[in-house]
Amino acid sequence: MDRRPRSFYVLAAFFGLFVLFLYGPILTIGILSFQGPQGGLTFPMNGVSLHWFRDLFQEQAVGDIWGAFRRSFALGLMVMVTTVIVSVMAGLAFRKRFVGSGLIFYAAITSLVIPSILISLGVGLIFNQLGLKVHWATSGFGSQLTWTLPFGLLIMFAVFNRFDKSYEEAARDQGATAWQTIRFVVLPIIAPSLIGVALFGFTLSYDEFARTLLTAGSYNTLPLEIFGMTTNVTTPVIYALGTLTTLFSFGIIAAFLLGVWIMGKRRARLGSDAGKGV
Amino acid sequence: MASRLLKNRHVLGWLEAAPLTLVLLAFLIAPIVMIVIVSFWGATEFSIYPAFQFDNYEFLFGSPVTYRVFWATLKYAFITWALTLAIGFTVAYFLAFHVRSLTMQIALFLVCTIPFWTSNIIRMISWIPFLGRNGIANQTLISWGVIDEPLEWLLYSDFSVILAFVHLYTLFMVVPIFNTMMRIDKSLLEAARDNGASGFQTLIHVILPLTKPGIMIGTIFVVTLVMGDFITVRFMSGSQRANVGRLISNDIGLLQYPSAAATAVVLLGTVLIVIAILLRFVNIRKEL
Repeated sequence: MDRRPRSFYVLAAFFGLFVLFLYGPILTIGILSFQGPQGGLTFPMNGVSLHWFRDLFQEQAVGDIWGAFRRSFALGLMVMVTTVIVSVMAGLAFRKRFVGSGLIFYAAITSLVIPSILISLGVGLIFNQLGLKVHWATSGFGSQLTWTLPFGLLIMFAVFNRFDKSYEEAARDQGATAWQTIRFVVLPIIAPSLIGVALFGFTLSYDEFARTLLTAGSYNTLPLEIFGMTTNVTTPVIYALGTLTTLFSFGIIAAFLLGVWIMGKRRARLGSDAGKGV
Repeated sequence: MASRLLKNRHVLGWLEAAPLTLVLLAFLIAPIVMIVIVSFWGATEFSIYPAFQFDNYEFLFGSPVTYRVFWATLKYAFITWALTLAIGFTVAYFLAFHVRSLTMQIALFLVCTIPFWTSNIIRMISWIPFLGRNGIANQTLISWGVIDEPLEWLLYSDFSVILAFVHLYTLFMVVPIFNTMMRIDKSLLEAARDNGASGFQTLIHVILPLTKPGIMIGTIFVVTLVMGDFITVRFMSGSQRANVGRLISNDIGLLQYPSAAATAVVLLGTVLIVIAILLRFVNIRKEL
């Protein structure tokens, strides 16, 4: 291996600064959330305590954040499951290059690039004019899907672009039906990517704000609740909440990544014996 | 008959794409149609009523505020685009060509993408202890003797708005650019070197042109996210700056839905024109 050029060290330093830029602020509020009871929104630390975390568990101090958390969690799971199923089906459909697929593709891209407030406003208006009540599990759910599904679809494109069709042909040649081919050949092969789609589905829903704003109804999701707090809460309790929910997100991400990693290991261990002369 | 129909790839394709199509019809197409319809309606202080009038558009195009705000929106989009591109390209270049082991590349790439899966609101809030009057930035600069009194323009200004945009959206550049860079055939770089190109020449004449599709996809993400934003501008400017998204959300707050809808139609038109231009340079489906 040859020596690293000088540009490597310059770029490495740049990358280090970029990572600091990405994570520095969140680390700061992580530290500041341990402010003493008299502490303010910025340094210096006025003692160290768990005071603000304790506050989070008292309803009257912060409103209904635990209810909001439960709703966001439930909604995240709903969106996750729907995103995985719908994206896989659409991914399979697009491989067939059916008439009109281009139209659906452009609709999906529009869904991705449309300013979020239009979804919020439009869905809100429709529910309003139809005399329906907006609710996080109906209008909120649908609005979030317009954000998560395009990501799921793009991942499926990436997956199927790299998919080796000869596996399917082999299955068909051995007499597998179309459904059997999907169930026992295609799905197991793309499974790790589906964990990725699930990760997008859950986290994008859990943190979604703009598309849920006018469509969640009277029961807020967690991001809406947090945003409401920014206008009237002036204590580090908001940092404590930010720290907890970010840790929660990190935990979820770690769990998903671990899932992909374990699946890869298993596959390497139990994988094909082709060409090994067994 | 039914089974023959199911073997037809067009029928099967539509069946498999049906759930996606239904969601998009109900929560994307219908809302857009609704907004276009309502943009011709009228409004009183308390309610909106069906009509077909151009008042909302006349008011919109007749007001100097509109042009100022659209201009500000484009300005935010352009500055954020330039910064995220410069930073994103450099980061992706480092990851793709200077990090040697694949495991390390994946690990560092994940470090860059993890914030994408956390809350934007929290990421905005987390700038406050940095930028405030008594924040870390001011305290540090004062203790270094660079400035005598706190800088006022760090928070609640164009600076903080753009800083937050860059913070939130740079990874939308890093990911697609890194993706295209990883697919560049390494033998092309060797060929360039063998023919006597310097590292910099290789970067400009080989890597940059081959990375264009990734840059285009990143550009589409960043430009549309910034143009459609209303919450970053509101929060990071302390409601002191405006962009089109805020114009719409203010109207919504005042229950002036028809006026909000008209502004939304014009915003959507602007965004779609920008995207249409950008899409001429790249085939997204091929690049994934």
